[in-house]
Amino acid sequence: MVIRIIRNFFSRIFSEMFKSKKNISLGFYGPPNAGKTSLANRICKDWTGEEIGTVSRVPHETRKVQFREKVDIKYKDNQLSFKLVDTPGIATKIDYEDFLKFKLKKKEAQSRAKEATQGIIDAIKWLDDVNAVVVVLDSTENPYSQVNITIIGNLVARKIPVLIVANKVDAKKSDIKKIEAAFPEYDVVGISAKYGTNMEEFYESLFKLAKKARK
Amino acid sequence: MSKNKKQASREGLTIQFIPYSEISGLNSTERIKKLLQIILKNKVIVIQGRLRAEEETRLIEDTMVMVGTVKGFKGIELAVISPNPNEMGFMTKVKHGIASALVGDTESLTIIGPAAIIKDMKRDPSKLEVMMNRN
Repeated sequence: MVIRIIRNFFSRIFSEMFKSKKNISLGFYGPPNAGKTSLANRICKDWTGEEIGTVSRVPHETRKVQFREKVDIKYKDNQLSFKLVDTPGIATKIDYEDFLKFKLKKKEAQSRAKEATQGIIDAIKWLDDVNAVVVVLDSTENPYSQVNITIIGNLVARKIPVLIVANKVDAKKSDIKKIEAAFPEYDVVGISAKYGTNMEEFYESLFKLAKKARK
Repeated sequence: MSKNKKQASREGLTIQFIPYSEISGLNSTERIKKLLQIILKNKVIVIQGRLRAEEETRLIEDTMVMVGTVKGFKGIELAVISPNPNEMGFMTKVKHGIASALVGDTESLTIIGPAAIIKDMKRDPSKLEVMMNRN
């Protein structure tokens, strides 16, 4: 019994050591409808040919944490293996009536709201299990929302390296400079996950982020 | 009601001011519990200082638990305004740093209210606009 406990203890320690060196657990965090799943889908499609989840214009489409194990990404002469963790959008309020505006039926909207609240709780819990985080922000929205500041502040407190992605640069109202001004200490990459714009620069920044995570 | 609390009530809206001294001695669980109890009474809270980063996420988590369990509760609106360190001179930064280390972050203001009362809070670096629900 004691031998088994000791064996399990060491095997867990060694597996954690190798996991941290070989496979980077990369979380996608941000407010709802910023494009986290669109970006995770873009990466998965680029490197595995398959998508990770569905996207929708209705907020809180992702209500469960979604994974893709072992996504091998190549950039220049380097290759890294990531576990992609796509999380539900974090919000401080959920009102089922907001979903009715998107022509959802009342019961459907209520069920979506209930799942969304649980999704937010799960997303926060998953902060314990990621090595690096891509914070996806909608570049057409005001970046100074407290949710964004709270997410990033929490990652800093946990010493988890952060890359900020300003998504939807294809939109007319997009303003990356506002995001850069709001978070001057971080790398900000402007992309359009939907159209695949500027993904080369994103992968370059992702590899820099991975380097910080592997330290 | 505590002497340190000042309450202002106007047309059904109650704003409760909480000085830093009132929450500084509480642990994270007690702080969040205290805040949520006030919010559930449909009051808007203005706190001198700010919560720690992990307390802010814990507040969001606990809020979501309550959205799922307390009938009619839709969540909260939350905003923090702090002095911009980029606009401070070197000595002011040092003074602020020492003060924060000794007595905590009392320079910031945190505004938290129930989403049923506060429609939105719009922040830019220099100002905070709080939009109230009409009903």
